[in-house]
Amino acid sequence: MNLLRPLLEPVIQPALDKASAVVPMHWQIRGAHAFQGLKQRAGRARPIPVFRESPLPQVSTLALRDIDVSNPFLYRQGLWHSYFKRLRDECPVHYQSRSPFGPFWSVTRYEDIMYVDTHHDLFSAEPIISIGPQPEGLELETFIAMDPPKHDVQRQAVQGVVAPKNLAQMESLIRSRTADVLNRLPVNEPFDWVQRVSIDLTSRMLATLLDFPLDQRHKLAYWSDVAASPPEATGGLSNTDEAFDVAADMARTLSLLWREKEARLDAGEAPGFDLISLLLTNDHTRTMINRPMEFMGNMVLLIVGGNDTTRNSMTGGVLALNQFPGEFDKLRQNPALIPNMVSEIIRWQTPLAYMRRVAKRDVTLNGATIRKGDKVVMWYASGNRDERAFDEDPDRFIIDRKNARKHLSFGFGVHRCMGNRLAEMQLRILWEEILKRFAHIEVLEEPGYVQSNFVRGYTRMQVKVTAKT
Amino acid sequence: MGQITFIEHNGTEHVVTIEVGQSLMQVAVDNDVPGIDADCGGACACGTCHVIVDQHWMQATGGIQADEQGMLGLTPEKTETSRLSCQVTVTEQLDGMVVRLPEFQM
Repeated sequence: MNLLRPLLEPVIQPALDKASAVVPMHWQIRGAHAFQGLKQRAGRARPIPVFRESPLPQVSTLALRDIDVSNPFLYRQGLWHSYFKRLRDECPVHYQSRSPFGPFWSVTRYEDIMYVDTHHDLFSAEPIISIGPQPEGLELETFIAMDPPKHDVQRQAVQGVVAPKNLAQMESLIRSRTADVLNRLPVNEPFDWVQRVSIDLTSRMLATLLDFPLDQRHKLAYWSDVAASPPEATGGLSNTDEAFDVAADMARTLSLLWREKEARLDAGEAPGFDLISLLLTNDHTRTMINRPMEFMGNMVLLIVGGNDTTRNSMTGGVLALNQFPGEFDKLRQNPALIPNMVSEIIRWQTPLAYMRRVAKRDVTLNGATIRKGDKVVMWYASGNRDERAFDEDPDRFIIDRKNARKHLSFGFGVHRCMGNRLAEMQLRILWEEILKRFAHIEVLEEPGYVQSNFVRGYTRMQVKVTAKT
Repeated sequence: MGQITFIEHNGTEHVVTIEVGQSLMQVAVDNDVPGIDADCGGACACGTCHVIVDQHWMQATGGIQADEQGMLGLTPEKTETSRLSCQVTVTEQLDGMVVRLPEFQM
């Protein structure tokens, strides 16, 4: 076993290709970072938008063409409801010609979103699914942003890690970890639910899926946060230097993990059910480490996909039950409603606001003519509140809502969320274990909201739990 | 009126009366056959109405379009005779058909 062989292989950044054939992946990222810095100083880099928060106007005061739902403060300022409702009612397929992310179309009604999502022949997921581009020099390749047939091959290689059969074997492990986190919570005194429960549980889960050292799980959450928040992509708070630092740390840590597993497999050890073992035992992906952008892309996808989404649904559920206390009563009286409530939480929260596509040719959608090459944003957060699809007051949180499962949060079509069953299982177990222990979880103050047009999440939420008597 | 038998993964059989022209998914849902989620409501977009058709009935269920093939490709439990039941239209020729449900919907 030659542990160095891997590190002596390929390449990351087109500009560095030739020079870097013998350089480890994280050094290549360092090189790309330095190169990007040079480009910036030479005035050759793409400008990065800067966002400063100020109070946004009420939507009723704006002309339709001035409505910009890509503003990363819309969710935090609690204005997204009214903005999207106006678009759904007056201009369901809406064009914004001069946002900080460039021009884009917004698709805001359920049926139209379903149409775009299920027509990958008309709407491409490439090159990326955020409104804006990935940081220059860090353009990762991930199958969420690939069209068939390449998408299908890559997804099929990794989907086994969250296949229901695999999950059934993990259920008791997830339950014991959830119980452990809940048992350590202080009772009758304030604490931050986001840190103590949502982040800790989701990063433990990710560590399990990646067979990553549990004591370093905070790294996974941090990487995910940075990867999901470049200002040019989503209006978030990370900066280019931080993104490159994280990419380098990820590359170093995860390629070591990969090499270690590879060595153990080569030595005849039976493969585990973790993501890297699955990739190493699949013909299409066993050499993925030699394609750094693809390797990193898949890792980032799994880490972000399994992190922000479930984390913010764990917080959102508690918040929703506080805003609609009658539903909390209903839940206590009938815990059998938990599975349906889980779908309703995912609908109500919609932890990722949208997915972006690019029209592959001219398409007429609900009266609007979208031109080939135009960006098209499917606003799941709006579709999930569309009165035309959810007739029972869509802004209300109703744990026994009849058609909660038809929510758009997982997307529909070939890009439908791969981890949907894992997410549902994590949330179901969390609520089953909560009801065993606590009579109430009281939200003590308005939570903190993430700055982003993509992630609909919480930075902190002070709560107090009361034990069951 | 013909009949179709759905067999759950645990072996429980559900014999239901068919209505020509409906989708096989709709027939299952209308008759409360457990194990068909049909989250997308029949748009061939979620893969959660997966059924496994007995071999000799496969041809009678009609052709598989690319969309359905694509969605079926996403489920780890896909078999040679897998169909998305929302894409199968019930006809008189399906009288007596037996379909099995997978252990899990994706």
